[in-house]
Amino acid sequence: MKQKTDVLQGTLVLMVLKTLDVLGPLHGYGIARRIEQISGDLLAVNQGTLYPVLLKLEQEGAIASEWGASENNRRARFYRLTREGRKQLQAETQDWEQTAAIIGRFFEAKAEDLS
Amino acid sequence: MRALRRFLTRVFNSAAKRAHDERLREEIEEHLALQTAENLRAGLSPAEARRQAMLKFGGVEAMKEDYRAERGLLFIENLMRDVRFALRLLRKSPGFTAVAVVTLAMAIGANAVVFGVMNALILRPLNVPQPESLYGTEYGVDTGFQSYPNYVDLRDRNRSFDGLAAFTFAFVGLDTGENPSRANGYATSGNYFDVLRIQPYLGRFFHGSDEHGRNSTPYLVLSYAYWHSRFQDDRGVLGRVVRLNKHPFTIIGVAPPDFRGTVLFVSPDFFMPIVNQQQVNGENLLDARGTTHGIFETFGHLKPGVTPAQAVADLKAVGAYLEKTYPKEFAQESFSLGHEGLSSFGRAMRAFMTGLMLLAGLILLAACANLGSLFAARAADRSREVALRLALGASRARILRQLLTEAVLISLLGGTVGLLGSITLLERMSMWQPFPGAPIHVPLNPDARIYGVALVLALVSGFLFGIVPVRQVLRTDPYQIVKSGSTGRVGRRITVREVLLSVQIAICAVLVTSSMVAVRGLARSLDGNYGFETRNAMLVNANLAMAGYSGDTMPAMQKRMIETMETIPGVEQAGLVNNFPPLVYGAGSRTNVFKEETRDRTPSNIASMPYRYDVSPGYFDAAGTRLLAGRAFSWHDDKSAPAVAVVNREFAGKLFGSLTNAIGRYFTLQDATRIQIVGVVEDGKYLSITEDQQPAIFLPSVQSPSSQSYLVVRSHRDPQQLAAAIRSKLHELDAGLPVDIDTWSTLLVVVLFPSRVATVSLGVLGAMGAMLSIIGIFGLAAYSVSKRLKELGIRMALGAQRKEVLQAALGRAFKLLAFGSAAGLLLGILASRVLASIVYQATPRDPLVLAGVVLAMLLLGLLATWIPAQRALSVDPATLLREE
Repeated sequence: MKQKTDVLQGTLVLMVLKTLDVLGPLHGYGIARRIEQISGDLLAVNQGTLYPVLLKLEQEGAIASEWGASENNRRARFYRLTREGRKQLQAETQDWEQTAAIIGRFFEAKAEDLS
Repeated sequence: MRALRRFLTRVFNSAAKRAHDERLREEIEEHLALQTAENLRAGLSPAEARRQAMLKFGGVEAMKEDYRAERGLLFIENLMRDVRFALRLLRKSPGFTAVAVVTLAMAIGANAVVFGVMNALILRPLNVPQPESLYGTEYGVDTGFQSYPNYVDLRDRNRSFDGLAAFTFAFVGLDTGENPSRANGYATSGNYFDVLRIQPYLGRFFHGSDEHGRNSTPYLVLSYAYWHSRFQDDRGVLGRVVRLNKHPFTIIGVAPPDFRGTVLFVSPDFFMPIVNQQQVNGENLLDARGTTHGIFETFGHLKPGVTPAQAVADLKAVGAYLEKTYPKEFAQESFSLGHEGLSSFGRAMRAFMTGLMLLAGLILLAACANLGSLFAARAADRSREVALRLALGASRARILRQLLTEAVLISLLGGTVGLLGSITLLERMSMWQPFPGAPIHVPLNPDARIYGVALVLALVSGFLFGIVPVRQVLRTDPYQIVKSGSTGRVGRRITVREVLLSVQIAICAVLVTSSMVAVRGLARSLDGNYGFETRNAMLVNANLAMAGYSGDTMPAMQKRMIETMETIPGVEQAGLVNNFPPLVYGAGSRTNVFKEETRDRTPSNIASMPYRYDVSPGYFDAAGTRLLAGRAFSWHDDKSAPAVAVVNREFAGKLFGSLTNAIGRYFTLQDATRIQIVGVVEDGKYLSITEDQQPAIFLPSVQSPSSQSYLVVRSHRDPQQLAAAIRSKLHELDAGLPVDIDTWSTLLVVVLFPSRVATVSLGVLGAMGAMLSIIGIFGLAAYSVSKRLKELGIRMALGAQRKEVLQAALGRAFKLLAFGSAAGLLLGILASRVLASIVYQATPRDPLVLAGVVLAMLLLGLLATWIPAQRALSVDPATLLREE
């Protein structure tokens, strides 16, 4: 249970950072929508879980936030990537790709390859 | 780095909590609005759009909790919240809080006091640098007694000590030129202060290099307290010449304030060089190797790297050398080392303090059991609340933490109150001088250790009674409780609470038993048979050396004094005893006795080592010691007459088989004096009340005069008038003679002190135990009555009699009481064996004690159940049933 949330949170962090990197400043709903569009049902049920992640990233200095106006002209909190966040994204992307590659190779490997 | 930044933000966020809650609320609102708009565009109805948006968002409260956890320091915030909640609850039930706090305050206070005493007396007895390497040598059995020449050999021949110092006591008349008065000090070796590694407060100390043989060092160092009281902190005192028993001494320094000598309880007024002691009290002990009363104790710091075992081996080697060189005067006995300061009574005191600490620990345990059951009851009462909170999603750990917070809060409160009380008490005790006139006091200085111990005890006990309801909470089934209401079942099962209560009652019964045993023992020892009659006996201490008498003038003067006493109207008898009478200040000296036929008077041939008293004619009558056979002394038994002795029954029996056999027989002393036994007197107590029967011999004081003596005056007159008459008569005789007059019973206070202290402390602990059990039984009884009020009402409505109602309401409490008391009584009887070493004649197999304990526990039970019983009886079924 615990581990699953950890993995979830880990991927969520990466997705948030990437979203902000690609789309520029966005409010919470925007981020949620984007992740939903791309990842399918990861956030389909618990959009709310995004907010603690946002707060954590902000406290770590990876993103910053300020009040702005949303598309229906209401006050909304907009998040943007900081320089530090960009660096973190780079590092984590690399990590992720490496990990993914290794795992991928494992899954591709057949019994005869290992003998 | 990132972690640190996050931590700091969190700390900041904790402070700015409200603004953040607002921000989150707004963000959620906005999020939902946007999602709703999206859903509307997708063609849903407004209500459905909103519902779908919320479903998609997920549990708001759970997220908020996560968010908060992310944001601030959850642990501390929760703790603060728990503390606030606990405080609110405690305020809501002031009775419970008060009982809990008082119970703990008493228990922790008792522990702190006992620990404080132990800390001061046993763990840290002397205020000197590096006390851990300071050892006193104990020679023979439990004592430090040595002769001066032996000490010198030990000092010079050992290779284990960084200097070996020695001291003994000096009781003198100190004359500053205005008013001579008695002063009590130490006669010490020259290196005394150097070995202790302490520095003077004022002036200088004397050193080993100041000693140049007998009477060569007429210097005096004052203790700070004496300098303060007698010389009013006068800094000009240095260089002043004062007279000790008429001999001039120069004051050269003042000892530091926190140094009170090297024997606990006996703080000296002054320190004088031991080489000058002969000048002061006329006794030459510097060359007497055969005696054991030249030195009270020797001590020193072990050299670095030397273990106590090595040092003992080294001392034994020196002892072997002494034995070989002086076979007539020295026999090797065991050497051992003890921490300096406690000296001979160390072992007994250690045992006693350990016992007390144990009892105090029991008290705390009882208090914890008590509070544990109170808490369990409370948790049961709150089961509905707990169930509700569980149903709303609180974790069990969270609820337990809340309960524990409450427990620890109470324990800290109780601990603080107890600690404050005990510190006050300890400070009072250290000001206290139990015996006016005697240089005895109990130096207790509360230090940081006591605070630490109290805190630890408070926390530990908080957790201890806090975890009692844990099982209860863990097994709570919210569904069942919310459904069936809070009343629950009245089980026939034995609950944890009841087990705890009976344990507690058992502990209390142990305490009550031991305190009764102690009180009874003291009462017995007070009217016990000492071998003399303390009532109507006055002791007059006149030190002739202080008035300048010596040699042959002393016996004549003493005879005149006795005769003068007998001229006072109302005086029946007067007599005199040298040094100290039996049981006064626990002082006494033994002498080596050999059989008549023994030619080789080496230590291994000693027939007996009786206490020796030098007494005048008339002493036995004045003291009220019964003569069993033969005759007492007369004035004809002087120096020119043959040497004679009166012995006690024990001595006669041991050496000659029977009382009548002994009369007319001979024994010899170390110096070959052949002495004929002319009389036998009854046995008595000599050094302490608890001692086994000891042999004693009495010799005519005229044959071996001493300047230090006590007159025993027997009279039925009022002690105060008599004292005044004695004083004026002695003043007529010699105006320069300092006199102290006390009744014999007053002076017994010192030997009775240990059993008094034991009795008082056990009594206090017993009373505390009794109070705790009252609280415990009251708690259980009150709780069960209030739980079963409805049932009782129904029973009464159906025609139950008062007796049956009471039985239903309180039967269980009484059963527990009976069971616990019986167990405790048994344990108490076993435990009381330990008491026997301190309290004279402490035996639990005493019908009075047994009856007393049973009666006391019964009374306690009645007292504790009185109010609940009243409540149960006053139940009005009509009102009660209407209410529900």
